[in-house]
Amino acid sequence: MKDFVVLVDIGSTFTKVTGVDLRQRRITAQSSAPTTPQDVSLGLQEALEGLKLPSGQQDQKQVLACSSAAGGLRMVAIGLVADLTSKAAKQAALGAGARVLKTYSFQLTEADRAEIMELDPDICLLAGGTDGGNSENILHNAKVLASLPRPVPVVIAGNRSVAAEVAAQFPETFSTYVAPNVMPQIGKLQVEPAREAIRQVFMEKIIYAKGLSKASRLIDGIFMPTPAAVLRAGQLLSEGTATDQGWGDCLIVDVGGATTDVHSLGAGNPSEAGVVMRGLPEPFAKRTVEGDLGVRVSVLSLVEAVGLGVLARDSGYSEEDVEERVHLLTGHPELLPQTPEEVVFDQTLGYEAIRLAVGRHVGRLSELYTPAGLVWLQDGKDLTKVRKVIGTGGVLINSQNPLFMLEGAKKDAEHPLELRPETPAYFLDGDYILAAMGLLAQENPEAALAIMKNSLSEYALTGRDN
Amino acid sequence: MESKTLVLGVIGSDVHAVGNKILEIAFREAGFTVVNLGVLVSQKEFVEAAVETNADAIMVSSLYGHGEIDVRGLREALIEAGIGDILMYVGGYLVVGSQDWADVETKFKQLGFDRVYPPSTLPEDVIPTLKSDLGM
Repeated sequence: MKDFVVLVDIGSTFTKVTGVDLRQRRITAQSSAPTTPQDVSLGLQEALEGLKLPSGQQDQKQVLACSSAAGGLRMVAIGLVADLTSKAAKQAALGAGARVLKTYSFQLTEADRAEIMELDPDICLLAGGTDGGNSENILHNAKVLASLPRPVPVVIAGNRSVAAEVAAQFPETFSTYVAPNVMPQIGKLQVEPAREAIRQVFMEKIIYAKGLSKASRLIDGIFMPTPAAVLRAGQLLSEGTATDQGWGDCLIVDVGGATTDVHSLGAGNPSEAGVVMRGLPEPFAKRTVEGDLGVRVSVLSLVEAVGLGVLARDSGYSEEDVEERVHLLTGHPELLPQTPEEVVFDQTLGYEAIRLAVGRHVGRLSELYTPAGLVWLQDGKDLTKVRKVIGTGGVLINSQNPLFMLEGAKKDAEHPLELRPETPAYFLDGDYILAAMGLLAQENPEAALAIMKNSLSEYALTGRDN
Repeated sequence: MESKTLVLGVIGSDVHAVGNKILEIAFREAGFTVVNLGVLVSQKEFVEAAVETNADAIMVSSLYGHGEIDVRGLREALIEAGIGDILMYVGGYLVVGSQDWADVETKFKQLGFDRVYPPSTLPEDVIPTLKSDLGM
């Protein structure tokens, strides 16, 4: 392997590059330039020049890239029962770094077909039926997708018994990929192979469709959606390598203008005795995206979810001023806070986005009285023992008070049954390297882990040894 | 021969786990594919598991006396889900107190079960009937 690696993150507004010396396991340079949507290679070239690499490194570097430009990876997920294979399919697509435009259950209707045409996804993930289970539904849905006027890549990850038959429903103009079932049995989730298949399609097809291939002469490998790279980085940080211990269970939060992403790394088994698990098991590396919780483009739906009164109380604004401010922000997503009051208002928005997004991500307890006494039921992951909460993304990294926002993740006295981290320490991805390290993890996990641990420890926001 | 799939579980707020495990093992050894949902299973979970697995039969246990309330509407829910003609068995301590078994059996058959079994029924008493009902 080469000694120098350049890691590229082509975002929707900025192209960020990070130079890494693998022998010293450290970041040597970082640079960024505005993303150039017509031909991303121009912005990439400018960012690379900004690195000012010595000529020795210039010649023998390896360049790896991830991208969330051109709307990211847009997918629809299709399954049979909403709480079973549809949910598993959605989780597989999210874990692959996709924006899930819509999740469908049962047989696709004529209206669903029209809606999918309208949504125009980059990839469809088609699941349904456990292995040896229901086959009618996935065959029906394959026929509906096959009749779409514009061919779309389809990843088939449903009932294994009919996978070949499902693939055979599609004309040659469609690319189909068969992966193992996202839910081979009731109660068993298997999303990794489908995630990998989605990443393959992204590399083979989507980067061409999105004009990213123009940058490929500058890049040596690994094109993955940026959120997938972040999730990969989190997984490495949590699990460690054979020679270097990881950080254990983590939560990674990314507040954006349009969405709030939450990644959790951890099994999420009950932390108390006598709790009965309900529902579909969840993956060790779980990602959720809240499309209605953002601090700019989605600020109106955020306010709706939080409540005008709560936001006014916490920000010190009157309800009228809150309304005026959020209408301004939604129309002008580039607006930065100027006055101290506006800074506090933005921080309150970020805090609330994190509070709600983490609340939806974590599992919850419910109580059930039985003739044998009180029984606790757990739906989803128990993340109460997670000790590390990490913030990433522009809103948090550029904030004067990221800790204030990140504390939205912790245990909430008003919602005691939400299984949130109880006593976490907070860290900031201050060098903005998580996506880059997720890329590097594929090639050199030891270096990626060492660099991440160093960088995050530099940006510990509370009790570093906690 | 293709294996038949059974969805098995203890319905309602009932936490009796031991018999459920014994049934799972017995049915599996008899050659069935067993989807065991365990204890505290809701009607919704029975229906959804049967849909996804294309199950051939649903085996409901209830051992705490409230079974009649818990199973009411299950057959109707299966009809709604498009699998209304699936074979359905129930067994256990289905009612409170010592009621006449014939009455209990009639009651549960009216609730949509094909076979109804009293307490202390052994798996080997059920398996031959189940195989015959499934045309095995």
